Amino acid sequence: MTPRLRTTLLLAPATVWLLAMLVLPLVVVVVFSFGERAAAGGYTPAFSFENFANLGARWTAFKNTLMLAPVGTLLCLLIAYPLAYYLAVRADPKWRTLLLILVIVPFWTSILIRSYAWIYLLGGQGIPKLVSLLGLGSPRLINTPFAVLTGIVYGYLPLMVFPIYVSLERLDKRLLEASADLGSPPWRSFLQVTLPLSMPGVATGCMLVFILLMGEFLIPAMLGGGKVFFVGNALVDLFLQSRNWPFGAAVAVALVVIMLVTVTAYMRFTRRWAGGRDDVSLM
Amino acid sequence: MRIYALGVYLFLYIPIGVIAVFSFNAGRYAAQLQGFSTQWYGKALSNPFVMEALQTSATVAAASAVLATIAGTLAALALQGVSGRPRMIFDALLYIAVMVPGIVIGISTLIALVTLFDWINPVVASLWPVADAAPQFHLGTGSLIAAHGLFAMALVVIIVRARVAGMDRSLIEASADLGATPFGTFRQVTLPQIFPAILAGFLLSFTFSFDDFIIAFFVAGSETTLPIYVFSSIRRGVTPEINAIGTMVLAVSLLILIVAQTILQRGRRAQPA
Repeated sequence: MTPRLRTTLLLAPATVWLLAMLVLPLVVVVVFSFGERAAAGGYTPAFSFENFANLGARWTAFKNTLMLAPVGTLLCLLIAYPLAYYLAVRADPKWRTLLLILVIVPFWTSILIRSYAWIYLLGGQGIPKLVSLLGLGSPRLINTPFAVLTGIVYGYLPLMVFPIYVSLERLDKRLLEASADLGSPPWRSFLQVTLPLSMPGVATGCMLVFILLMGEFLIPAMLGGGKVFFVGNALVDLFLQSRNWPFGAAVAVALVVIMLVTVTAYMRFTRRWAGGRDDVSLM
Repeated sequence: MRIYALGVYLFLYIPIGVIAVFSFNAGRYAAQLQGFSTQWYGKALSNPFVMEALQTSATVAAASAVLATIAGTLAALALQGVSGRPRMIFDALLYIAVMVPGIVIGISTLIALVTLFDWINPVVASLWPVADAAPQFHLGTGSLIAAHGLFAMALVVIIVRARVAGMDRSLIEASADLGATPFGTFRQVTLPQIFPAILAGFLLSFTFSFDDFIIAFFVAGSETTLPIYVFSSIRRGVTPEINAIGTMVLAVSLLILIVAQTILQRGRRAQPA
């Protein structure tokens, strides 16, 4: 067996799988988005832009997604950065691995169960009850944008911490010593050395969280109670309830296009200070 | 700084803890703790719908993880010898598989498979020798395995490939010089070196499939996986039984993750720098 033939054979199962279950379905979605709805739901072949012209009908879902996804990403960043800094710079090296694992582990456990936990905590018998026992009135928390953002930060924080940690850990500590020797106070060293050098991690983390948030369904469905819904919730409705596949396909295509455009623009914009590529594995 | 970190860890783990604590609550209502009881675990485990969903989830997770690990490992090994355009295309496909939102994977798989089945079933039926006995293709365990396995396979390739790249090449050359067959070298030199990554990839694939809700929601057909069961139960109202199921699901994934992490960290340490 020639090495070339062997390589081809070894790659064959993975390639077939990727083509059949990824490329083909994505092509089908694009084709369907130009089609028309059949009388009983489903799809009739056609070539029209009507589905795309109708996207305005789901404007609220797009608006919510495009507002809450960046806000959620920013909140994750603000909370994750100090933790990543602590883990990379301040934490006892003996405990570092364990502390890091403790951050990553929740990300790999069921997001469904973890969001469910917040239904419990934010629901009438949870935090609002505690607050009212303290005599501070009874705020309504569940089914609000606040609840959705809490769920988002809770769900995606690990994904933000890890890339920032990696870039901070790689940082050459001698640069900080040099900065101190040259008379910079710590805050200045942080702003002029640490922060710029951790930007690749910040960019990676923001991109990962933002992309996943754009397609989120579960957190708004569980914590937004139908009041705060994302494009993902509109997609579930279009495909599983009203069975308007062509319009649903157009919504999905629009979502992916918006994702690609924002991510490309973001990468262009960050390349200036992000420097080289920063490969980050999640394990 | 330290207090801040502690605060974040509390934020990450308190909600999980609350679920676990309330799953042992004797009372029916979330409001008060009324003493210790394991009755909700008994209720959950004797509920036939829960057990059936658990069985579906476990079957799908095991099958998709096994297939993904095999296909992914083979691909990761083969990629060593691939460069240029084919490599670029393959890498692009892997990143698309990982980065496209689960919901888009779910809907595209749904409409592609349903359309394919609508087209293929009459053809099979007309060709089948016995009338009305032809197999009908439909969404179910098979489509769940194929869709979950896709993401899992991309994950396995990425994890195993990193390990293959860090492998000590001189050992492989030495083995060949000493007259070992390529398969002998693979079994005695390559496999032991990359095994931690393969095992970690398998465990992560299993956890991914076991926990996935969104892809399964679209491609499960008439099957119910455990996350789908939990989701529809929550819609009907929060019960202590869900706390018990949730705690068990979290415990299973935590256990698997700790094993996977331990294996990976140990593998990393053993790896020559």
